[in-house]
Parts: sequence; structure tokens; C-alpha cells
Amino acid sequence: MALKIVKGSIDRMFDKNLQDLVRGIRNHKEDEAKYISTCIDEIKQELKQDNIAVKANAVCKLTYLQMLGYDVSWAAFNIVEVMSSSKFTYKRIGYLAASQCFHESTDVIMLTTNQIRKDLSSPNQYDTGVALTGLSCFVTPDLARDLANDIMTLMSHTKPYIRKKAVLIMYKVFLKYPESLRPAFPRLKEKLEDPDPGVQSAAVNVICELARRNPKNYLSLAPLFFKLMTSSTNNWVLIKIIKLFGALTPLEPRLGKKLIEPLTNLIHSTSAMSLLYECVNTVIAVLISLSSGMPNHSASIQLCVQKLRILIEDSDQNLKYLGLLAMSKILKTHPKSVQSHKDLILQCLDDKDESIRLRALDLLYGMVSKKNLMEIVKKLMLHVDKAEGTTYRDELLTKIIDICSQSNYQYITNFEWYISILVELTRLEGTRHGHLIASQMLDVAIRVKAIRAFAVAQMATLLDNAHLLTGNTQRNGICEVLYAAAWICGEFSEHLEEPMVTLEAMLRPKVATLPGHIQAVYVQNAAKLFATVLRGHEGVPADSMVAQETSQLLIDRLPLFVQSSNLEVQERASCILQLVKYIQKLQQKDVEVAEEVTALFAGELNPVAPKAQKKVPVPEGLDLDVWINEPPSGSESEDEGRKSKGKAVFAKEESRHTKPRYTEVDEKELAKRREVRKAEQANNPFYIKASPSSQKVYQDGVGVEHIPVVQIDLSVPLKVPGMPMSDQYVKLEEERRERNKADKKKKKDKKKREKGEKGRRRRGDSGPESEEDITPAHMVDIVTEEMPENALPSDDDDKDPNDPHKALNIDLDNLLAASRRPLADSEKKLPVRSHRPDEVLKSPMEDRQVVEVVPEPKKKTGKEKKEKKDRKKSKEKKKKHKQEEEEDLMGAGSEEPVQPEETKEVAAPPPASTPEAAAAPASTPRTASGMAAVAPDSEPEEAKDTEPEETKSSTHKKKKQKKEKKKKKHHHNHSDGAGDESVQNGTVEEEEPLPPMSNYALLAENSYIKMVCDIQGNLQDGSQVVVSVIFENKCDSFIKSMEFNVLDSLNSKLQRPDGAGPHDGLIVPFQLPPGISNEARFIFSVQNIVMPQKLKGTLTFIVKTDDSSTHEKLDFKLHFTCTSYLITTPCYSDAYSKLLESGDLKGCSLKLEGVNQPFHHLLARICFHHHFSVVERIDSCASMYSRSIQGHHMCLLVKTADQTVSIDAKCDEPGLLGNVLDEIKLTFSQC
Amino acid sequence: MIKAILIFNNHGKPRLSKFYEHYSEDTEQQIIRETFHLVSKRDENVCNFLEGGMLIGGSENKLIYRHYATLYFVFCVDSSESELGILDLIQVFVETLDKCFENVCELDLIFHVDKVHNILAEMVMGGMVLETNMNEIITQVDAQNKMEKSEVRL
Repeated sequence: MALKIVKGSIDRMFDKNLQDLVRGIRNHKEDEAKYISTCIDEIKQELKQDNIAVKANAVCKLTYLQMLGYDVSWAAFNIVEVMSSSKFTYKRIGYLAASQCFHESTDVIMLTTNQIRKDLSSPNQYDTGVALTGLSCFVTPDLARDLANDIMTLMSHTKPYIRKKAVLIMYKVFLKYPESLRPAFPRLKEKLEDPDPGVQSAAVNVICELARRNPKNYLSLAPLFFKLMTSSTNNWVLIKIIKLFGALTPLEPRLGKKLIEPLTNLIHSTSAMSLLYECVNTVIAVLISLSSGMPNHSASIQLCVQKLRILIEDSDQNLKYLGLLAMSKILKTHPKSVQSHKDLILQCLDDKDESIRLRALDLLYGMVSKKNLMEIVKKLMLHVDKAEGTTYRDELLTKIIDICSQSNYQYITNFEWYISILVELTRLEGTRHGHLIASQMLDVAIRVKAIRAFAVAQMATLLDNAHLLTGNTQRNGICEVLYAAAWICGEFSEHLEEPMVTLEAMLRPKVATLPGHIQAVYVQNAAKLFATVLRGHEGVPADSMVAQETSQLLIDRLPLFVQSSNLEVQERASCILQLVKYIQKLQQKDVEVAEEVTALFAGELNPVAPKAQKKVPVPEGLDLDVWINEPPSGSESEDEGRKSKGKAVFAKEESRHTKPRYTEVDEKELAKRREVRKAEQANNPFYIKASPSSQKVYQDGVGVEHIPVVQIDLSVPLKVPGMPMSDQYVKLEEERRERNKADKKKKKDKKKREKGEKGRRRRGDSGPESEEDITPAHMVDIVTEEMPENALPSDDDDKDPNDPHKALNIDLDNLLAASRRPLADSEKKLPVRSHRPDEVLKSPMEDRQVVEVVPEPKKKTGKEKKEKKDRKKSKEKKKKHKQEEEEDLMGAGSEEPVQPEETKEVAAPPPASTPEAAAAPASTPRTASGMAAVAPDSEPEEAKDTEPEETKSSTHKKKKQKKEKKKKKHHHNHSDGAGDESVQNGTVEEEEPLPPMSNYALLAENSYIKMVCDIQGNLQDGSQVVVSVIFENKCDSFIKSMEFNVLDSLNSKLQRPDGAGPHDGLIVPFQLPPGISNEARFIFSVQNIVMPQKLKGTLTFIVKTDDSSTHEKLDFKLHFTCTSYLITTPCYSDAYSKLLESGDLKGCSLKLEGVNQPFHHLLARICFHHHFSVVERIDSCASMYSRSIQGHHMCLLVKTADQTVSIDAKCDEPGLLGNVLDEIKLTFSQC
Repeated sequence: MIKAILIFNNHGKPRLSKFYEHYSEDTEQQIIRETFHLVSKRDENVCNFLEGGMLIGGSENKLIYRHYATLYFVFCVDSSESELGILDLIQVFVETLDKCFENVCELDLIFHVDKVHNILAEMVMGGMVLETNMNEIITQVDAQNKMEKSEVRL
């Protein structure tokens, strides 16, 4: 019977083709995954057959499964087999499968080279075609290098079908093997004039792609393209060429001038919208490039804008979209021409299509002026109210803020209006952009001094009505605004009308529900307000009561915050509470304290540009890579040395940056100190010169006088009762402008009378509509952000160093010139790596050109390597620099005197460098610089900080007593001691010493580095798994810049710091001197814990020896077993039996045979490797318990008799249980 | 460059996926899901361009799609492609399918995804447009099918 079933299924197996598979999947809707897994099993059987037809059928099905998301890389070799079939049918299936699932790291690709070469030269054009198509998807640098010559030959194939494919694939070859561009280019250029339009189009395509990235190398082709443009009738080719010209014109204005006429002709003549649109686009590009030089192109601009208007007004939404897109390009250089179509664009804001609304929003950004800003924002605010869907509304919100804050608030004439807009925006429900509004509030309040009084009043109202904002808390990010509000009220409390009321509002019990960082700011600023209240009420006898009441209020309310679970809040609150208590004591003795308390918060904070730190230039003569002192013998202290140096620099800087807050020192004393410091700084080569603005601070005196005081135009009422409505401002503004205009006119008339001719001309300049006419309501002098002196203006680090097109930046003009003469032999062939050394350079004088054009491959690669190295070095330098800065930032925050000592201590070399001693300093920077990669234990009270060291020493000191070691290990397993306590106290005596055990499994290893890892569930968070990786440096060189990256799966994700992209690696926060190992922890979030899974990852690092450094990488596979989701949890026997009785658990059992080890060893193994704890043990029978991070209970009953161990297991998640049992089985099969 | 070509139905079931850059299977599925999510919530009479597919390449890329009956044809392209040109290309693609399958419908794509791949391979190669002339495409596809048939007879 069973045999029959098997036979039947084998029969079906042969028959099942792709259609059957698809049909089967459609018929198994409810258990699709299961069905597919049986299909995959069948396919595996089919692949084992010798019959190529069966194999091809299997591969064809795999290709389909790949589309459904199944990894079929395991069949890569079979795919290669099918590819090499002599039959076209199978070959095509093979190549299709390869193109769908091969990529650069597929290792069998290197087996395909000869097969592909054979196919390329096949007499059958379709064999060649299929090979080319497949290759275009999976070409690797090696394939490109090896096959470049063959493909180049195909570019002159007799069949146009092959020619066009060969031409197209050359682009991919260039990308992977840039050296081929030079020799292949002449032929590629030839193909631009191929008789076959398809080949021509392919050549245009390739050159356009090349030119887009490195346009200047292709300028010399312009005449040829110009000819093509005027002669070709193929719209595809025309579009490509016209797009190419768009990329070339910025480099060569003369070309642009020549282009305008034919392009305008095309615009007038063509009926194809796509062509017309591209022509308009390129004309715009031309006009942009000419905008400086030639004034007489207004006709062209008009034509473009006119055509675009037609597009925008078209009922076809696609044209509307593209019209707006092109408009935004014109906007940059010719804003006036676009602004005249404001009506149309505002209209598009109402479009039902979100893409179009977004484009219109983009345009608005460029269309605002001082004059229309309020009007436009008003309109946007209306949209905000109407908008459904938070995404669009959030987009609107950010746009409003972008528009208003652009170019340093250039267009804002009335900041009160802006503040009220911001306040109005806080009423948005469910927006994600609370922090954006908050940062705007802070920015405006800090930088626009005149607005502070108004801002403070508004913020006080906000604080008072905080319950409205936080009504449906957490869910919305809007409560971030309170952060800003509290800070502004505190910092500028002198402007508060009723500080008492605000203080009370800030200490309401409800505040405790806000996020921690906001509470912290509340507490801190409550103290500032307290100071203000004291100052206001002291001295007057009647008011001293008020002051005392205030103290009492704080003493009453602060304990709430002292209890906060947030450390920051707690710390600040308890500090301030004690302070207030002390003050109260003084108050009761009638001592005046206001002045002292105010002194706590004296001084002004200046805005510092966000990039200021980065921009501090390295002073001349300071080489950051040179030792200050001779390095101590141990090389691992290298970075320590640098760090301490960095700290010294910044410790000084800090003293400059923090505004002088001490007030006890009198003015004279201060001046003296300043002199001393200045002299010191002048003599100190390491001192980074202060920025001009902050130097001014010292010259002008310590006050706030250096900030330009803003004159307030009193024509605008400063107080608007209640919550302000921004609309009121619009009206007020209009009135004001009218008035101003009238005033000006009067003045002008007067002037005109006085100056006659001159006056008239001036009026011509600033007509009634012009920008300059609108005087801002406040003579706002926005305090600029501080930047270090000599700050480097440009950001070079924006460029992507990994751009593959960089390598293709090859000057082809030389080559073009050279191509006029017959090609030298060596030029006709591509440089190919050969085993024999190339024929020695003939005579460098005689054939220099050739050598230059086609350098000997070996030499070239050598050179390249060197270049690469140099680049890497400079990158490293940058990185170091950055790191240092980061560390310095940390250092700057902490107490000054402690740091240098500490670092000194650390820098002192451990003489004999025992692994322990060496590991200790190496790990210090990690703890110091709380990098995100390391999972800092969320509860600092737990004395886990020392743990990594402990584990390390235990791994390294292998001679340590085993028992002790085991204990340690257990401790590390997060067992809380309870887990192994139950083992020890319960029933398991240490009858025999256990063999050493370690959960650290080898992750990956190469000649430089070895990685072992242990995976643990996170006790604190049910969705997290902590991976501890020990990196061991195996070579004699220094390993640094380690970057740990994992390709996330849907289920498991590496937790990266905020702001990092999903593919960014984590920097391992230490470096490894030779022979040293250190541990880093990475946190992963997992969703589903039922199945084990594997994650692919890569470690990249730099191996640095004395004279060189190389970039290396190591691939690894992280295996998340189900065991790693279990956490050792103790369980009492009564609770255990209740759990079993509840009946919620499903059972499963396992038999292990031939286990000949003592029972207690067995239990210890299960405890240790699989995170169980023993609940009870009676003779040769034990019950065990564990819990998963998601709270699944798992119970085991382990019995042993005659080398047979039977395990009965129960769990509320059968899938998880099954997998854990499998893993237990595996553990015992290995020992 | 064309970064990816996706065909899925009104429920987001993939009918064809062709990525011209390598992604893991999981990421590919994620991209398909995200793209479906973006495209399917749009009304019928809005424009066929979409920005903001975060997974493929980021902001430089656009999704250009057409919706035919039960199927979405989505091309993810970078800025070097003409938007309207790609729309035309999708039209050519669909018309070619129509010719090859004789009144193409979703079922044809479901059961013959390999053939769809073969047709696509004659139009787009490695992310670059190879041929836009429908007759030429059909000629080449037919010639290859004929070859396959002759091999079966052997």
C-alpha cells in the first residue's frame, strides 16, 4: 500500500510541470506554504535525476517559486547544469533561472564562464541572444573581464539582433570592469551610425547612460549627436539624445545656443507629447546654463512656460504632473516667469491626485515672497484642516515649515504671525512632526530676540492647556511641542507675566505621563521659573509669603518626579528638590536668596550651527595622525592616546563654549582672567581659535549686549488676547503695508521734489509691487548661528564613494584623437589577465601613447590598488576624525579633571599584555562612548557592566577551574542565578566535574579574524534577541574600523541607531590589536519565534600593518535557533504542576538512544545549552521548565533508562516545541 | 535605467517580477508588497507616476504604472528614462502580450510566466530598453518558439 502511494507520487512527480504547480498552489489556498514545501521536496528529487528534461522542468518551477519569495539559491548548481544543455529550450530555462536568482556572491557563477563563452560564439543566434540576456542580469567583475573581448567581437556580428544586444550589454560590462571602456569605446561610437535603427538606438542608450554620470568626457560626441538629432525619426532615440543634451549643456554653453533653434522647431512640429516634453525639459536646461550669459532668451522661456501651462491645464493627469515637474526646474532660475502662473499652481493644490498636489507644493516653496507668504500659508492652513489622511497632512505641515523657514526666515516679515502659525499647527491631531514644530519654536525664540516676550506668552498658554495636546497621548508626537514650550518659558522666564501660574502648570501631576525627556525639561525649567519668582517677590515684605509658598509648591510637587522611572527626570528632580528644601530653610530665616538662585541660571545661550563642530578646521601644522608623545610599546593604546589628546583640546574649548555663568566673580577679576586665558590661548598651538562672534562676546563684555537688539514696531499690538489666530495677522499686515506704502509715497514725493530726475528713476526700480517695498514688521536681525572661524564652506562628504560610475570617469577624448590613426595591436584587444607576464614594455619612448592608453594590466591593477589604498587611507582619516569628535563630545559633557587621569591610566601599557589586562582597556572606550551598537543594559543598577570582561577572561583563561567556569557561564546566560541554583540546590550534585561547555559557537573565521557568538533572548524585551559576538584578532596586524552588518529578514531586524538606514552596518566600537579579542553585543528584534532562521551578514574591517592597510571582509551566517528565544526561568513545582494541569499545553516527545553520560550531565547540558531549569529531579527522572521571550511556557519531562533518554515535552506553541526538541536532539547527537 | 518590472494583480499577487539589481528574496517580496500598497490605493483617474517607493534606490527613482483590468504593470525607473516613453513602453508590452497570447488575460500570465519573461527579454535587457518595435519583438519571439517546437519534434 505504502509502496503504491510512493510510486503514484513519483509518477505524478514526473508529470508536474509549471502549469501543474501553479494549479496546485491555487488549489491549496489555505495551506499554500505546506503544499509548496512538498513541491520543493519533489523538485529536489527531480534535480537528482539524470534526465535533463526533468531537471529543466524542475528549474522552471523553481524560477516560479523564486518569484513567490522562496530562496532557491541552493539549486544554483542545477541551474548551471540546465544552462549548459545543448537544447535551446532548456538553455533558455536555465538562463532565465540564472538571471532571476544569480548575483555577485553566487559562487557557482565562476563555473559558467566557459559555457557562456561557448554560447556567445554559437552559430545559432538565439543561443547567443539568450546568453547575452542572461549575462546582462548576473554579470560579475570576473565574468566581465573574461568575456569582454568576446562581447566586443559580437558588436560587429552580422546579425543586427546580436549586435544590439552586444552593444547594450557593454554598459553592464563597463560598470563591472571599467578598464574595458577605453578599448571598446571606438567601436561603440561606430555603432551610433549603424545601419540598423535598433543597434543605433542601443548605442545611443549606452552612451547616454555613460554620459549622464560623467558628461564632460562625452562633449566631443556632441556634433555626432547633433547630426543624429536632426536626422533621426525614431522618437525613442530622439528622446534619449535630447535628454543627453540636457546633461551636456551645463558644461558647454555654446552647445546650448546651438540647440535652442532645432529644439524649438521640434516643440512646434512634433505631435508626440513625450518628445515635446523632453524638448521643453532640455530647453529649460539650456536656459539654466545660459542664464548668466545671454539675456535674450525670454522668448524661449515664454515658449516653455506657455507649453507647460498647456500641459498643466490638460485633463490628462500625467501631463499635468509632468508640467508641474518641469515648472519646478524653471523656478530655480526664472522664478518670475513661474510666479505669474501662481493661480494655476494653487489650483493644483486642490487636485484630487496626491502626486499632483505634492508637486504643486514643491513649486510653492519657490514661489513665496515676503509679499505673498502669509497668503500662501493661509491657504495651506486651510488645506491642513481639510486634508484627510495623515501622510498628506504631515507633508503639508513640513512644507509650511519649510516654506517659512527657508533661507533663514527670509520671507517672514512678522514673527508673531509665524509663532501663532506654529501654535495653530500644534492642534493637528496625530501628526508625527511634533519635534519639527518644537525645533522651529526653539529656533525662532532663541534667534529672534524681539519675539521672545510674545513667544513666552504663547508658550505659557500652551503649557497651561497641555491637556489639550496630550489628550490622546503617546499616539501623537505633538507633545514634543511641550518640550519646546517648557524650555522657552523657563529660559526666557523674565518675560513671563505670571511665572507662578506657569510654574504651577508645569508641576501638575498629569505631567508625569509625558515622555521622560520632556519631563526632564519640565523639571529643569521649573527650577528656572522658581528663580524668577523668587527674584520677583523678594525684598517686599508682603511678597515674601509668595516666595515661600512657591518653595512649598515645589517641595510638594517635586517628589512625584523623584519617583520617576526615567533616570534623567529622577536625577534632576531630586537635585532640585534638595536645593529648594535648603532654600526654604534660608527663607524661613529671612535670608535673601533670590540672587544666588538666579545665578544658577544666569547667562545667555547662543545658537550654535549644527555643523559647527564638524567644521572646526584642523589648525595648520597639526597633524592628527602624528603622535604627541612617543607611543608606549603596547600598540593597542593607540586610540587611547589619541583620545586623551582630543579630550585635552576640547576640554579647553568647552570652557570657552559654555557661556560664563559665574557671577560671584566681579568684572575686574573677569577681565584679568580673560587676559590670562587669551595669552594662554595665543601661545597654545592646539587651541582652536574661537569664532568671530564668540570672540566678540569677550571683547564686548559678558552681557548679552552683543546680540543686536531689535526695534519693535509698536504699530503691531504685541498682545493678542487668547490664542492668536494667524488670520488676524494677515489683516493687520495688510493694513500695515498700506500704511507703509502711504508713508513711503509721501517721502518719495518729497524726495522727488528735491531730486527730480533721480527720484523718478528710483521709483522705477522699486515699483509698487517690488519686494523691497515691504518692510518687515520687526526690524528683525536674526542672530546667526555660531560657526568656527575658517570653517570650511563646502561639504565634500556628500559624495558617495561607492558610486560605480566613478570608475567610468575616463577621459575618452585622448582616445578619440588616437582613434583617427590605426589602432595599435595592443589597443584592439582588451587587457585580459594572463598567466604569463606581458611582453615587456617595448620601448617607452616609441610607444608611449599606446602604453598610456592601454596600460599593462598588471601595472594598472597595481596602480589602482595603490590609489584605492590612498583613498581608503584618507577615508580612514576622516572616520578617525569623526570618531574622535564623537568621543570628544562625550568627554566635553563630563567632568573635566577626571577624564585625563582616567585616560592616562588606560593608556599606560600593560607590560606583559595578558589577555585579561589587554582586554580591559580595549573595552573601556566602549563603555565610555555608549555606542548604539553595544546594548547598554537598560537598567544600570544591574551590575552587569563587568560581565563582558568576566566572560572574556573565562573564555581566555582556559586553565581556570572548570566548575568555576561553569558558574560564570551560567551567570552570563542571564539565568539570574536562579536557574542553576535549581540545578545545584535541587538534586544535581557535582558528582563528577562537567566537561567544559560553551554556548559560543563559531560564526565565521578567516586568516585575520575569528568571530564566535552567543545568542540570547532579551529579558527586558519580549521581541528582542541579544547577539554577543567575540571578535578575535588572529593576525599580527591591527584590526580596525570593523563594521557589522546583517541583511535583515522580514522577521528579524538588526536594531540600528536612529537615523541609520535599513542597510547600514553598525560600527563595532573598538579596535583589535594583534591577538586580542573583545566582545560586542548587537540587538535584533524578532517577530516570530516559532521557526529557527538564518541571517546573512558581513563584517568589514581594515587590517592595518605598519606600512599599509587593506580592506577585508568576512561573511557569516547568524543562526537563530529556537533555543536562543528561550530564557532560563525558574519555576516552582506547584506552579509547574498547575501549568501542566491547565491543559493549554500541547505535547510532543522525543527519544534519544545511545546516550551514555551521567544523568546529571545530561540535565546540565539541557540547562546550559537550551536554557532550561530543573524543577524537580527524582532519581533518573526530572522535570524541567523554560520560557520563551514571548512568554510561551515549555515543560520537559526527562527520563533515562539504559542509555535511552526519553523526553516528553509540552508547550503552548507546538511549532516552537518541535524545533526546540530537534535542537536538543542535535545537541546530543554531537556529543 | 529600468530598475525593476513588476506585474501583480488587484490583490497584490505577483504575476511577474524582474529585478535588474540584486535583492534578496525577502526584500523582493517586501518591494512588491510596498509597491502594491502604493499603487493600489490610487484612484483610476490620477496620474500614472509615483514617487516615494523607498525600497528601490530611493528618491531618484519613480514608479510608472498602468492598470489594465485585473493587472498592474509597474516599472521602476530612474531619471534617465522619459516618463511618457515608459508609459508607451508598457503599452507596447501589453499589446505584444495580447498578440502572443491572443487576447491576453490574467490567467495567461499566471500559467505562462516563463513565456512572459521571454517576451520581456526581447524588449528590455539588463534594465535598458532593447526594442520598442512590436513587430520586431513578435518576430523574434516567434522564431524562438519555433525553434523550441522543432526541438520537441526531435
